[in-house]
Amino acid sequence: MNTRMFGEKVARVEDDRLLRGHGRYVDDLAAGALHAAVLRSPHAHARIKDIDVTDVLDCAGVHAVWTSEDLDELGGSLAGPLPLLIPHPALTHGRTQHALARGEVNYAGEAIAFVVADDRYLAEDAVARIRVDYEPLPPVVGIEAARAAEHVVHPDVPGNVGARLEQANGDAAAAIAKAPHRLSLDLTIERSASTPMEGRGVVAQWNADLGRLLLWSSTQTSTGVRAAVAAQLGLDLRQVDVMTPDVGGGFGVKINHPWPEEVLVALAARSLGRPVKFTEDRREHFISSAHERGQVHHVEVGFDDDGRLLGLDVTFWHDHGAYTPYGLIVPIITSTQLLGPYKPQAYRVAFESLYTNTVMVTPYRGAGRPQGCFVMERTMDAIADALGKDRLEVRSANFIQPDEFPYDHGLVFQDGRELEYDSGDYPALLEKLRKLVGWDDFEQLRAEKAAEGKRVGIGVACYVEGTGVGPYEGAHVHVETSGKVKVATGLTSQGQGHQTAFAQIVADELGVRFEDVEITTGDTRRMPYAVGTFASRAAVMSGSAIHKAAKRTREKALRIAAEALEVDVTDLDIVDGVVEVKGVPGSTIDLGTVAVLANPLRYAFDEASRAATQFTVGDPGKPPVAEGEQPGLEGTDFHSPERSTFASGMHAVVVETDPETAEIKILKYAVVHDCGRLINPMIVEGQIHGGVAQGVGGALYERMVYDDAGQLLNASFMDFLMPYVTEVPDRIDIDHQETPSPLNPLGIKGAGEAGVIPSAAVFAAAIEDAERIDHPGLTIRAMPISPSELFALRQAHEAGKDTP
Amino acid sequence: MTEPAQQRAEEQHEVRLEVNGASYDVTVPARRLLSDALRHDLGLTGTHVGCEHGVCGACTVLVDGAPVRSCLMLAVSAQGSRITTVEGLTRDDGGLGPVQQAFRDCHGLQCGFCTPGFLTTITAGIAANPDPTRAEAQEMVAGNLCRCTGYQNIVAAVQRAAELAGDGT
Repeated sequence: MNTRMFGEKVARVEDDRLLRGHGRYVDDLAAGALHAAVLRSPHAHARIKDIDVTDVLDCAGVHAVWTSEDLDELGGSLAGPLPLLIPHPALTHGRTQHALARGEVNYAGEAIAFVVADDRYLAEDAVARIRVDYEPLPPVVGIEAARAAEHVVHPDVPGNVGARLEQANGDAAAAIAKAPHRLSLDLTIERSASTPMEGRGVVAQWNADLGRLLLWSSTQTSTGVRAAVAAQLGLDLRQVDVMTPDVGGGFGVKINHPWPEEVLVALAARSLGRPVKFTEDRREHFISSAHERGQVHHVEVGFDDDGRLLGLDVTFWHDHGAYTPYGLIVPIITSTQLLGPYKPQAYRVAFESLYTNTVMVTPYRGAGRPQGCFVMERTMDAIADALGKDRLEVRSANFIQPDEFPYDHGLVFQDGRELEYDSGDYPALLEKLRKLVGWDDFEQLRAEKAAEGKRVGIGVACYVEGTGVGPYEGAHVHVETSGKVKVATGLTSQGQGHQTAFAQIVADELGVRFEDVEITTGDTRRMPYAVGTFASRAAVMSGSAIHKAAKRTREKALRIAAEALEVDVTDLDIVDGVVEVKGVPGSTIDLGTVAVLANPLRYAFDEASRAATQFTVGDPGKPPVAEGEQPGLEGTDFHSPERSTFASGMHAVVVETDPETAEIKILKYAVVHDCGRLINPMIVEGQIHGGVAQGVGGALYERMVYDDAGQLLNASFMDFLMPYVTEVPDRIDIDHQETPSPLNPLGIKGAGEAGVIPSAAVFAAAIEDAERIDHPGLTIRAMPISPSELFALRQAHEAGKDTP
Repeated sequence: MTEPAQQRAEEQHEVRLEVNGASYDVTVPARRLLSDALRHDLGLTGTHVGCEHGVCGACTVLVDGAPVRSCLMLAVSAQGSRITTVEGLTRDDGGLGPVQQAFRDCHGLQCGFCTPGFLTTITAGIAANPDPTRAEAQEMVAGNLCRCTGYQNIVAAVQRAAELAGDGT
């Protein structure tokens, strides 16, 4: 009997090498490679009048210096802008940057010139010697300035509006007008960013003998980088291999591609005939990769006496920065996912996606959902407040019920498919949370704390997360004659423990030992068809594809073994890598031997191959490879679901706010979570822990502080306040609910982003609740919030100057 | 700007680095960071660079037993010191050292990029305080950034490491 691995807290196979310092991250590769450095714009908005590289040309150790003019001569598509990866009909004014700026820069940090030298020190020396003559232009910074459009980012984009998109289900305006109760709210979330511990990095090597480009990138999509770099350099796809080695965190930012440096390093490797490396430093990561989250929202809502949403109308403005390579994914997700577990009777949402002279936006863990959750959950709290009702009661009145699945919202989701929830049980989830956080006993705790002069508050926030978006992922399973199982899937890993979770799936399905399974991710040589790691999709998409490919491999193994053992396929089982005839001890054949039989050979080169020559295997009356079969014990399959799976969860937090200093302390944090069936609960809980920590950062500490000139003032870990251990909850209480998804064979939903989605909402609610002891009616409408901002809010409230 | 002085090859210095019990002779310019020397001159790429301004702690190594940010130290100033990197934390028999094993036991790492800095920091921490309370365990790692784990399992790993080290494992 195999010990089932699925659902077990299996220790990670990745850990041993990572703990020994034997991980291989991009900057660890290609010792002796040349190093690149980039000259970046010091201005947020400027015309480039002249670039003078004369002083660099005779620098010792410098091999190349390029500006946009040089790229024109190097061929491919480099003279044009980088691709707009995700076009959308509503993105009427999409703009992307050039690998090196041509004539104009639109954010401080935009790449202008590229230098390759013996090492990074010399490359940076050379960059400092390039002289650029700028004509500064007025910068557009922040949503207010973008909307006012006194100045524009791109002269051919009127009003700074890149896109406007509206969706509706029912007549929300009419429903609100008729509703017995109405509210309007203005809600703001500031910019933040993924900030993985490892920045971007790329190494390229041109193999002139093979005419091939080998490229390693710290990316969330190897196949995407491969296609994009091939297109930019004018190479055939088959001339480019992209490998993603260990990646030091991604969280969304590394899904964008190609970065200017990915193209330039590849080009330099080919031009110079030597390996070239670019390793981003921390300041570069802040000013030249991507941010997210910045949005301003206006809500109009009409509801009945129970708090039921009769009409919900949301308009919001999304700051997408200077360029739109990743299209409208983030605001589309906000506009659809803000509905969470609720079913308003009528809903209309419209957004404008706006240009500013700041770093561009690509998804950051949660990808628009934290903003949407903030909007919806603040609205729920405001309704409860207006009606004098319990906040959980109002939420319950609006839940989609367990018997209403699949639930179609009548909207189009980010993948172009219907926003149709596959499964869930929100009332049960809320009951779990009520118990886990002690909701019903909270007033007692509040009274006890009040007696000690302390102010505590509780908040709750619910979300639904579309996970496992398409279009597809694939897997290839190969059993070697040793019995070892080599599995490849094309999406990449950046710390999620895929090598462990996927091996668990293979071990179960194929009937092999977990230790004999080796998973490769993100290598286009091994699996050239893939999409990438984002939208909590890896377990759902690659997990399912691997399950199916392992199943095919198992079926083939059983067919061959049945013939070899002269029994029926149904009499066989595979246990620990050995095919057994059920109930007949000793009647077995190793999977490795089955692999030998699966591949008739002409040449013998070792013991296994000697057993596989066509003189020893097969029926002389039949073709060596049977019709409809292929040689080798292998299986390939793909998973391409109709639509996304929808995970759900609810968080609650108890905070204490200091009546004097407005300091905010976390007393308790509780998470209930439903991501369908769990492959490895240890890994899922780790994802929740990490998500919550990022959420704490986003709610209380992290923001991108731009001045009016478009300079990012806190572009370092010294000034961008990422949480240390001292800022996160000591403990997170977690309870799982497993509502299987009907959309994949394993019943799983994604878990990667969940922890971060409700943070802004749940902290706003808890802090507001605590504050109302001394400041009745105080409202929190903007996040993140610092102690000094909370202090200012108190003062504004006392002066009657806050906006309810 | 085109001063010929700028174009002269940089002055090089011969330095002997004692790392994980082995001696390495390297020739480096004065400005070469210890982190770069370890990674790129010695090929000990287990030490990672996360911020280059001493805040994140990923590059932490032990210099004569004390945790030091190797991105804030010049290679030339490490002459004569005993340096321990993550590669030097394994047991003599090749097994994982107590801090490494504790991280595996407690799922104290995800992407693994910040991990070497935590491992070296905690190694020094439990040498100084072999039985840390939970609060002391938090304090021990309070200068290192991790973006993946949320720290709860890292704090658990500190206490587990102390246990393992106490058992002589």
